[in-house]
Amino acid sequence: MSLVLKLIAQRVSLGILLLFAVSILIFVGTQILPGDVAESILGQSATPENLANLREELGLNEPALSRYFSWLGGIFVGDLGTALTSGTNISEAIGARLGNTLFLAMVAAFISVPIAILLGLLAVRYKDRWPDKLISATTLASISLPEFFIGYLLILFFGVKLGWFPTVATVFPEMTLGARLNAVMLPALTLTLVVLAHMMRMTRAAILNVMQSAYIETAELKGLSSFKIIWKHALPNAISPVVNVVMLNLAYLIVGVVVVEVIFVYPGMGQYLVDHVSKRDVPVVQACGLVFAAIYIGLNMLADILSILSNPRLRHPK
Amino acid sequence: MTDELRYLSQQVARQRLDRRSFLGRAGALGVTAATANTLLSSAVMAQGAIKGGTLKVAVEGGSSSDSLDPALVTNSTGTIVNRLWGEPLVELDPEGGLDMRLASEMSATPDAKTWTFVIRDGVTFSNGKALTADDVLATLERHAGEDSKSGALGILSGISSMRTEGNAFIIELDGPNADLPFLLSDYHLMIQPNGGKDDPTAMIGTGPYVVKSAEMGVRFVAEKNPNYWDPNIGHAATIEVTVINDDTARVAALQSGQVHMCTRVPPKVASLVSRMPGVEVHSVPSAGHYVFIMHANTAPFDNKDLRLALKHAINREEMVDKILFGNGSIGNDSPINDAYPLYRAAEQRNYDPDKAAFHFKASGHEGSVLLRTSDNSFPGAPDASQLFQQSAKAAGISLEIKREPNDGYWSEVWNKQPFCTSYWSGRATQDAMYSTAYLTSADWNDTRFFNEQFDQLLFAARAELDDEKRTQMYFDMGEMVRDDGGLICPMFNNFIDATSDKVAGWGPSKGFGLMNMYAPVKMWVTG
Repeated sequence: MSLVLKLIAQRVSLGILLLFAVSILIFVGTQILPGDVAESILGQSATPENLANLREELGLNEPALSRYFSWLGGIFVGDLGTALTSGTNISEAIGARLGNTLFLAMVAAFISVPIAILLGLLAVRYKDRWPDKLISATTLASISLPEFFIGYLLILFFGVKLGWFPTVATVFPEMTLGARLNAVMLPALTLTLVVLAHMMRMTRAAILNVMQSAYIETAELKGLSSFKIIWKHALPNAISPVVNVVMLNLAYLIVGVVVVEVIFVYPGMGQYLVDHVSKRDVPVVQACGLVFAAIYIGLNMLADILSILSNPRLRHPK
Repeated sequence: MTDELRYLSQQVARQRLDRRSFLGRAGALGVTAATANTLLSSAVMAQGAIKGGTLKVAVEGGSSSDSLDPALVTNSTGTIVNRLWGEPLVELDPEGGLDMRLASEMSATPDAKTWTFVIRDGVTFSNGKALTADDVLATLERHAGEDSKSGALGILSGISSMRTEGNAFIIELDGPNADLPFLLSDYHLMIQPNGGKDDPTAMIGTGPYVVKSAEMGVRFVAEKNPNYWDPNIGHAATIEVTVINDDTARVAALQSGQVHMCTRVPPKVASLVSRMPGVEVHSVPSAGHYVFIMHANTAPFDNKDLRLALKHAINREEMVDKILFGNGSIGNDSPINDAYPLYRAAEQRNYDPDKAAFHFKASGHEGSVLLRTSDNSFPGAPDASQLFQQSAKAAGISLEIKREPNDGYWSEVWNKQPFCTSYWSGRATQDAMYSTAYLTSADWNDTRFFNEQFDQLLFAARAELDDEKRTQMYFDMGEMVRDDGGLICPMFNNFIDATSDKVAGWGPSKGFGLMNMYAPVKMWVTG
């Protein structure tokens, strides 16, 4: 067990180191963006005098290195600074937005992960027969459609024609859980359709890979039912690639849903980031970048650890 | 028959009959839909506004990076929210005059240099403090101050001093300006307690509503201000403003009944939307215009013949048809149209390939002319540029189009490159429009129009209190810009908004779309 703990500790410290490197990349990246925040805030209405006033007030005249260290220092105490454009506290804003994003991602994951794995198992069970082909064809079709198009289709049918779900998925703190779930149903379904194929295909491929093994043959010779073989013997051995692809998709559900947020007016992180990128609000962009990187690294780490735990062979590397 | 119709329309106004059935029965009585609609809206008006209910608005143009400081508002969402909790001294009225809001009276000295505004009695801020002339003074000080970032800074530049005398607020100007009150209707100039110097983002004002929840770029909820002074506006008990930037989603929200009104219906789908049941589209002429601008001091555009050649080489009707889908009117190479007071039309310039070819030859220009454009310079700008390219080709003028990225267009291309596409949303008065973009010394003189005679006329018109003479002056100035300037103005765009039949009270307006952004506070929920 202590070996496992050591492995986990190793992964976590590597993750933190990686995050630190990412913070440098993010900072440098935002520095080399063209244009400057003052011009972007004022847009067409910029005059030389109010530009100068704004630059002064935003502290844009300080050297980059000192800005990096004061930023890094702030992060350790949970202070991400204030947004240049609106003067609001970034930590607070991100807190609420991140909560919304995680909620939507979780609902989408709760719908899509079981369905994807179940469909994957079914596809393996009926390999190369019509259920397999039907499942592959429909999920591949849904991943091939652009997100916004799926979103519009769902709005048209479930929102406008049938009136089952609201087309505007704005959530706010006073909402009950039921109302919240009802509100996010359309975006969650859109996301489900987007990620389903990837996870389903991966499950199918991973299990099929295992199905070639000798012990599956043994199980067959024992006379076990084919579904039981898949569930009991193949899936546990295929869990590692499946966990990886599920985590990858979870990460996508959290960091890559800007389009869905825009269409359904969902107040998540993606829209928040894009709004501030377009106004060159560097502190917010940096903070969002860091949060996204942390989520990506964290989920990948989790996938690694789960793989190690699920597979004794990985616990004892040669 | 008319009695029957009148009876039916009253039934609708009292909500005993829905609008669809009314139109159907009116049609059966042989009345056109237009007449029936007019009849209906007057019946609803006569019935009077219904108080209470929740009115929901979908707005385009809001972002999570917006500020709640009224001085920093740059988009429709901010303007609507400002109008919920705040009020200016005066506001535009539908006839092109002024509606007295927090100023109950105003007067000027005959030289139009000193203006006195009497502050309305008995008005309180939403925090309970009584409104005084000092609050007005502090507000204008904050916006006009030297380190101000206010969007209204430019229009307040001509003020030399301000003071209060009892409940009067007095402005002294550097030079005469007969239009000063119009400038004070600017949407940034919400009167705040102590001018908002203590907390500019507190949203404490004298407006008909009190904002209860504000999530930038997402959603705003406001409740009726129980102490509001004017019983004629602010009907709904609660107003919810949702920012929906995606065009399709915004229209779908209206169609599925989740909101009662939405701004900016895309011109392309306006006629489709107007056919949806329970939805009414309002396409309202505006002072906003989509333009091609040349720097009149930069080669090759410093040649008047070349400018005239390009002005004759554009097909204005085609632009209105294909870019605005009929939701607009043709321009005449001046920034002014009949949306402005004191306007007189000049002779219309038309598409004339022969004249264009003649002037092009006279200019002696060789080769093609480079036009820069981008998606965000106005909706459909790249398409409009291609139409221009085609119509100019017929006159033997070759236009080369360079597509620029949206990012940085306003800082790198507009007002920097000699020929590009752009837009103006219009101003309250001709003076404001000309002073912003055509005066020699203006920061945003984006056509580099330097004309001494024009500048003199502009200043003279400010001091002229006789409307007839001013109209003539503005006419002459329009001619100068039209013939000599670097502006090619093919079209004035309409504001296209839509409302559902669950709300009533839509009326004419000047200024911005959605009844100058007052529809949420002036309309009411019917059922």
